[in-house]
Amino acid sequence: MPAPAAAIRKTLADANLQLAIYTGTGRFKDNRTRAVSAQLLPEYQELRARAAAIKRHTLDFLDVYLMQLESSVQAKGGRIIWASTAEEAADFVLGLAKERGVTTIVKSKSMTTEEIHLNDRLEPNGLESVETDLGEYILQLAGQRPYHIVAPAIHMTREDVADLFAAKLGVARDTVIENQAMTARRVLREKFLSAGIGVTGTNFVVADSGAVVIVENEGNGRLTHSAPPVHVAIAGLEKLIPRTRDLGVFLDLLGRSASGQPLTSYTSVVSGPRRPGELDGPEEFYLVLLDGGRTKILADVEKRESLQCIRCGACLNACPVYRKIGGHNYPWVYSGPIGKVITPQFQGRETAPWLPSASSLCGACAEVCPVKIDIPGLLLKLRQENVEAAPDPEEKKLFQRWSWLMQRPGLYAWLSWLGLTLFGRRSGGWVRSAPWFARTALLRAWLSQRDFPAPPPRSFRDQWKERKR
Amino acid sequence: MAVLQSGGMPRRVAIFVTCLVDQLFPRAGMAMVEVLERLGFAVDFPESQTCCAQPAFNSGYLEEARPVARHFLRGFADAEYVVIPSGSCTSMISRHYEELFAGEASTLEQVRALSPRVYEFSRFLVEVAQADDLGARFPHKVTYHDSCHALRELSLKEHPRQLLRQVQDLELIEMPIAEECCGFGGTFSVKFAEISGAMARTKVDAIVKTGASHVVSLDSSCLMQLRGALSRAGHNIQTVHLAEVLASRG
Repeated sequence: MPAPAAAIRKTLADANLQLAIYTGTGRFKDNRTRAVSAQLLPEYQELRARAAAIKRHTLDFLDVYLMQLESSVQAKGGRIIWASTAEEAADFVLGLAKERGVTTIVKSKSMTTEEIHLNDRLEPNGLESVETDLGEYILQLAGQRPYHIVAPAIHMTREDVADLFAAKLGVARDTVIENQAMTARRVLREKFLSAGIGVTGTNFVVADSGAVVIVENEGNGRLTHSAPPVHVAIAGLEKLIPRTRDLGVFLDLLGRSASGQPLTSYTSVVSGPRRPGELDGPEEFYLVLLDGGRTKILADVEKRESLQCIRCGACLNACPVYRKIGGHNYPWVYSGPIGKVITPQFQGRETAPWLPSASSLCGACAEVCPVKIDIPGLLLKLRQENVEAAPDPEEKKLFQRWSWLMQRPGLYAWLSWLGLTLFGRRSGGWVRSAPWFARTALLRAWLSQRDFPAPPPRSFRDQWKERKR
Repeated sequence: MAVLQSGGMPRRVAIFVTCLVDQLFPRAGMAMVEVLERLGFAVDFPESQTCCAQPAFNSGYLEEARPVARHFLRGFADAEYVVIPSGSCTSMISRHYEELFAGEASTLEQVRALSPRVYEFSRFLVEVAQADDLGARFPHKVTYHDSCHALRELSLKEHPRQLLRQVQDLELIEMPIAEECCGFGGTFSVKFAEISGAMARTKVDAIVKTGASHVVSLDSSCLMQLRGALSRAGHNIQTVHLAEVLASRG
């Protein structure tokens, strides 16, 4: 699939949308910068190094920790479901709902459930699956997928939400955000109380305790895993960390990297179902562990670090490309720099060969990554793989000729002399259009956006020679 | 300014001006020569030089990049110092040649022998030449654009600013998004021209707001992108390489 040029152009031309994306991500970006500053978190770089090391270690010994996890979850009275594919994971929830006679499912925000298209699997089977995170709820009403890993409705303004709620919920149009939240809260409270299953994602899964950790700001996650009689947590294999004592490192980093919060408003550490004598909690607990292509990435030593991601979204907020094209122009549920890295690996190189190239390699993503994923380096590797598998014949020819010429300084200097003597301009200046003989596709593309420097009459090397004389 | 060797002979530096400066911005190269000579260095320009191979490397064409990089290594093998007016090309050589030749032991050896002697221009001035007064005068308001590879791959944040502070009558006005990419990105600028252009315009807005008359950077590629976008938007704000500011006598 080629890049969605028309859709990207539309996003770039939409001034309101541009403002929403730029200010929304900008707020997160600035908050993060402050939260990890030397004054507020002097140990930030040590924490990053530690988090990266723990993640690398966990991935290197994933088999061992998965076995440990299974026994610790079982010891707490829960059950592990191994799902090789997205379909298997979604089908487990569907099957369980049918078995228990459940008609309503509540969900907290989870990129993994987006990845397995859970709602699309449940709804055609007569199940009501309700998103309870405010942003996700808004998107469910609007029929859209998340725009951002952490802030799914970052592209929508309060006016957009007012229109949506009026149309879909039959309430009076109200642009006050607090009132919009109260409207959603009224609808969602009933759903929490009537739901037969609560489905959550996880931020971390702890091997030694069998706990799943869910961080959030709205309290909907807590209601989702504790109010309904059945809790299903869905996690990608890479969510694993070895020990409870490692959790502190990640909690210190996750909230700060995502939104600049030292800690999110709610942090739930949930292990197993309600035990005798406990007042609340679900009667049944299932942890669905999703492979869905992860073991394939694990086997690729060069790109394994892609799995270190803790989905904080910091790379999206830092990315100047994401901040222009937004989330929906990326081909899969994961957008931004990390989406560029994992989409080709999960969905196949040919899904979007353009994706790794749509980067200026500025490195802002790697700079903010709390687990030190070398995103630009991975993009370069993916570009190399694209070239190895299916090079663009014209581009290949161009680089072959370029390579040949760059090894021949005499010819290079002569061609440069010829070109600059014929077309160089003593007056300098910048040109808005190319003369007919220079209308190459590359120059046209350049000039579509900005002016080009009129070439000087003599190159550096010629000026140098003259100076030496 | 310890630039003279014990024998009193000036130290020699070889310059790699980069293909972009050679062809389109020779002024930046000449300015670099002037600054280096003013500091007492003898400057060599190895005439075999062409390109560092970054365009092919960044596009994934390793097979085409390798012989060009080998050509560079041959041309500069004997240099005491290599000084380059570009963060991006410096990083290509000092950081990415290792990846490029990971499977080629003999070339890797050459890379490791040369890398420690390869310097981006501002780093060379601060760390080797220890220049504390270049006698430059530039009576203008300038804003500084952090080029991505200089900033993030070479950690050059303070070096250029330290040098700009030495310049007489220069007023440095920082823009709030100095560290944000200009959108150039090599072939990205033409493969994804519209995104690249949008990124440049965001940067242009920030530059204009500072009220500066000049934008300074370490990379002519960023400056080409920025000046192209400034010019297209009708702003008469000039772009100059740091070397041009330091060479200026006002």
